[in-house]
Amino acid sequence: MEALQQSVQGESLAFQGIVKTFPGVKALSDINFTARPGSVHALMGENGAGKSTLLKILGGYYQPSSGHLRIGDRDMVFKNTADSIRNGVAVIHQELQLVPEMTVAENLFLGHLPARYGIVNRGRLRQQALQLLKGLAEEIDPNTRVGRLSLGQRQLVEIAKSLSRGAHVIAFDEPTSSLSARETERLMAIIARLRDEGKVILYVSHRMEEVFHICDAVTIFKDGRHVRTFEHMSETTPDQLITCMVGRSLDDIYDYRPREKGEACLNVSDLMGHGLQKPVSFEVCQGEILGLFGLVGAGRTELLRLLSGLERHSAGVLRLKGDELTLRNPRDAIAAGILLCPEDRKKEGIVPLGSVAENINISARPRHASWGCLLQGRWEKENAEKQIRALNVKTPTPYQKIKNLSGGNQQKAILGRWLSMPMKVLLLDEPTRGIDIGAKSEIYQIIHSLAAKGIAVIVVSSDLMEVMGIADRIMVMSEGAVTGELARAEATEERLLELALPRTRA
Amino acid sequence: MSTQNNALAVPRRSFDTRRFIDDWAMMLAALAIFVLCTLFIDNFLSPLNMRGLGLAISTTGIVACTMLFCLASGHFDLSVGSVIACAGVVAAVVMREFNSVALGVTAALAMGLCVGLINGLVIAKLKINALITTLATMQIVRGLGYIFSNGKAVGVMEEKFFIFGNGQMFGVPVPILITLVCILFFGWLLNYTTFGRNTLAIGGNEEAALLAGVHVDRTKIIIFAMQGVIGALAGVVLASRMTSGQPMIGQGFELTVISACVLGGVSLAGGIGMIRHVIAGVLILAVIENAMNLKNIDTFYQYVIRGTILLLAVVIDRFKQR
Repeated sequence: MEALQQSVQGESLAFQGIVKTFPGVKALSDINFTARPGSVHALMGENGAGKSTLLKILGGYYQPSSGHLRIGDRDMVFKNTADSIRNGVAVIHQELQLVPEMTVAENLFLGHLPARYGIVNRGRLRQQALQLLKGLAEEIDPNTRVGRLSLGQRQLVEIAKSLSRGAHVIAFDEPTSSLSARETERLMAIIARLRDEGKVILYVSHRMEEVFHICDAVTIFKDGRHVRTFEHMSETTPDQLITCMVGRSLDDIYDYRPREKGEACLNVSDLMGHGLQKPVSFEVCQGEILGLFGLVGAGRTELLRLLSGLERHSAGVLRLKGDELTLRNPRDAIAAGILLCPEDRKKEGIVPLGSVAENINISARPRHASWGCLLQGRWEKENAEKQIRALNVKTPTPYQKIKNLSGGNQQKAILGRWLSMPMKVLLLDEPTRGIDIGAKSEIYQIIHSLAAKGIAVIVVSSDLMEVMGIADRIMVMSEGAVTGELARAEATEERLLELALPRTRA
Repeated sequence: MSTQNNALAVPRRSFDTRRFIDDWAMMLAALAIFVLCTLFIDNFLSPLNMRGLGLAISTTGIVACTMLFCLASGHFDLSVGSVIACAGVVAAVVMREFNSVALGVTAALAMGLCVGLINGLVIAKLKINALITTLATMQIVRGLGYIFSNGKAVGVMEEKFFIFGNGQMFGVPVPILITLVCILFFGWLLNYTTFGRNTLAIGGNEEAALLAGVHVDRTKIIIFAMQGVIGALAGVVLASRMTSGQPMIGQGFELTVISACVLGGVSLAGGIGMIRHVIAGVLILAVIENAMNLKNIDTFYQYVIRGTILLLAVVIDRFKQR
């Protein structure tokens, strides 16, 4: 371990001709760039541009279909995560890889606890943990359970853990997306220190400000391709980076067309419930697309859970076209015509082992079954085929298991499920997360055509471009409260971020 | 828009080997084992042995039909063994007191329904693990069986009651007929009703099913209630065959039934299950047991063999999910 750490000191990290294909999708094609030691290298691009896939290859989760990594003068392909860790690579993911029920010290040494004959030496464990946390997060007691730490603190524990394994290459995947301003500042200082120690740092972020503040070089991705690398930040400007990332004007992708706004549809007043800190009030009209922007943990998903009846609200009134609604469970919301496409498709959206047809028909089926329970084979078949055609779901047959479809086609199938039902309000939580650009613009088209039919649409997204691209009006949330609302014309990246960033409480 | 062309652009395979194997492999295995037994074991095909085999299948077969729904929804029910014993005892005791077959059978089924409803309500509404819930009711119901019977077998005098276990219709023993009816009914229920499809959706992804508007709690309660009633029905048939209600029978029976289902291809994790899995699993277990008896293989070895077969089946199941 010690020797290895020495040998990689001062070495650069190069991606050489990395290609990654998944069945039916080319996630990465021919990625070539070098990150210098003692520098912070930013990776930028839209969601689904390939940054995460690249980090997963770096971390050993995926193996490239062709091409390899080069650390110093050694070519390598990591066969698994352990292989990657052994070679001095650490990837700090958005979802941290810590066990919340265990203590900080146990997490730090998970897999190689100091022990003799299998009996853990608690004293030494604590000593070594304190050593590691020194200079990173000295206020954390090694005996606290990780579950009780703030997200920022957990991130520091994760960094300490990777340093304990002798990491030379450290990759951060959107590290500040759920941090407060103070925590962000502290993280920046630590990253700067690691840089000065000669480590290679990869930094994935959407935030221009941070990238220009901390990074030395930047590589832009788009649709799985490597667009351009700027070796020095002084060579470029935020505007130039955006043009590189998007490649075409925003209007082309989002295909925004102004619509007539109808009468008020969903009216929310003083709504309170789990995940909200202040009462929320707003109104959506028929044919309107309301964007809901905020950082991870701002309470957007929680608000949708209240609106879709998944969670019961503790105070406030919901009105649909003037009538007061009582939502005890998702069934009530669905019966009222409020339909939700959840954020986590795999966990909450699809029944993975069921067929595409099954997933489309599941909700509307009781309305078409005799006596509410006997299936009508003809309707089942016709409806599935109709939705598959209308939404261009790419599947060999309606009876294919839905887990074999790409994310975009799964999302279209869930939209098909709701299009089989009478719909008044459509709630979309991160509708294009992890979806390739082609399917993305198809989904935007579907959203627009639904709005044109007079349906009120609420789109939750943490993708700035996306909210600005498709919404008529944008509401911003931060720390469980609505912090502002901007009309399409007033919305700029800066203003939205300003509203979304948590206020420093120091 | 060329949407229609796009949808058809993907080649359509007329025969999917993998899917065929997934669906029919265990059925073919059951058939193969049956054929091997007829070829290599004397007296296997004899009418007497076939009748014995049919009766051996009947109890497991009846209960396995509803266990299929429990497993498909991602749960299981350990209390059926006790329900079988208790139902027999309840039927026998009520008939002894009131001299009415109808009353006895109704009381037994009602007892099963109650146990099932309690299981279902606790699991669905209080969100308590099925393992713990049914482990508890398994012991409670076993105890009740002993209490009702004073710990001894309760004899039945009513002649009419023996129809369930020993009667014949169209030359076929009644227990086998009941099994066939159950298989047909529950197979239909799983495939052709919203209830059946919802069961599989809940097992496949409960959260998604809830968000799609499925009555998750109600479906679970019905599943366990069905299991209770059908368990009691099996208990009545068994008591009728033995002409008495015996509080100690059916111990470990729940595990045999779950083994049969999983062996046939029903997934323990939920979401996958077909009635032909149940048929295949029940057939394989019963035929092998029957063959081992005809070959005079020691009971001790029979346990080892049955366990090995089950282990193999779960390993295969694991690979299928990849």
